[in-house]
Amino acid sequence: MAIAGKIPTRKYLRQDRLPHIWCPGCGHGIVMQALVRAIHNVGLSQDKTVIVSGIGCSSRASGYMDFDTIHTTHGRALAFATGIKMANPELNVIVMTGDGDASAIGGNHLIHAARRNIGITCICLNNNIYGMTSGQFSPTTPECALATTAPYGVIDPSFDLCKLVQAAGASYVARGTAMQARMLEKYITNALKNDGFSFIEAIDQCPTYFGRKNKLGDAYAMMKRQQETSVSVSKAAAMTPAELEGKQVVGELWNSPRPEYAKSYDQVIAKAQQGGGR
Amino acid sequence: MTALATERKPRLFTVEVNTTYCKGCEICVQVCPKNVLAMNDRLKANVVNLKDCTGCLNCEIYCPDFAINVEEVEANA
Repeated sequence: MAIAGKIPTRKYLRQDRLPHIWCPGCGHGIVMQALVRAIHNVGLSQDKTVIVSGIGCSSRASGYMDFDTIHTTHGRALAFATGIKMANPELNVIVMTGDGDASAIGGNHLIHAARRNIGITCICLNNNIYGMTSGQFSPTTPECALATTAPYGVIDPSFDLCKLVQAAGASYVARGTAMQARMLEKYITNALKNDGFSFIEAIDQCPTYFGRKNKLGDAYAMMKRQQETSVSVSKAAAMTPAELEGKQVVGELWNSPRPEYAKSYDQVIAKAQQGGGR
Repeated sequence: MTALATERKPRLFTVEVNTTYCKGCEICVQVCPKNVLAMNDRLKANVVNLKDCTGCLNCEIYCPDFAINVEEVEANA
């Protein structure tokens, strides 16, 4: 008898590239495994799936996954992914990006990919810091947190990426933490099934820079803390903004299908070929 | 009802730890509800109490290093 929920994740990994370069206790591996499990659940073919990533710790993920992968320039993962989807709309395009990669360097690409509702699944691995370059604060670092470039605490208010992407026009938005890996797997599964721009914010832990600098304990303590400060969508609806201070709302935040960009573009091509234009 | 419960054989599992991949973050030790895993003196996860394993897959899902593989012993089926 097979174990319920057991998924052969190894067949989707490039075993010769492992062990990976992430630090001990880094949450990116947990989120990456959630993605692999979701891909298995949906049954995507390894030859018809492209994984695009930018620069940063999170973006190393593409190199460990046995699909067609591309490791692009900083912040431009969504720009490359848009090109891939437009050139061949049959492909399933998945973007693995970090919080800095998606919201700071590639912030413009993020809002425009969401505005177009192009059929890309974007997974933002949010560890609240620029880990690869030794812990500078990013747009999602919480206010008052310490970072290498903010020894007296960050004064910038942090980004709520899910609200940003939802307002820009994405058709599926969800958020989960690394401690809720099974929930993340479910959200990514739904995101992959959604025809349009899907955005998942996966909050995970950086014990090496964010945790050590802010004295948050080991990896598990950070994961537990992220779980404790999470509030589900239904619970959050009955809470006041003051009560939600310092907490993150997790769950499926937005699900509203609308026409996908590559399909709309195909209609333009068909019209042009009929010669109906002026 | 009680007769059924006593007749049922406990399911057995194997928990494999790939020590080349394991970086000793201790997440698996802390997510295991049955204390099946512990750290050894080389700071790698080690199976110490396999008979209590319930096959919940927590260690496998939460291992960030893809180092743990849980399988059910075929003979149980």
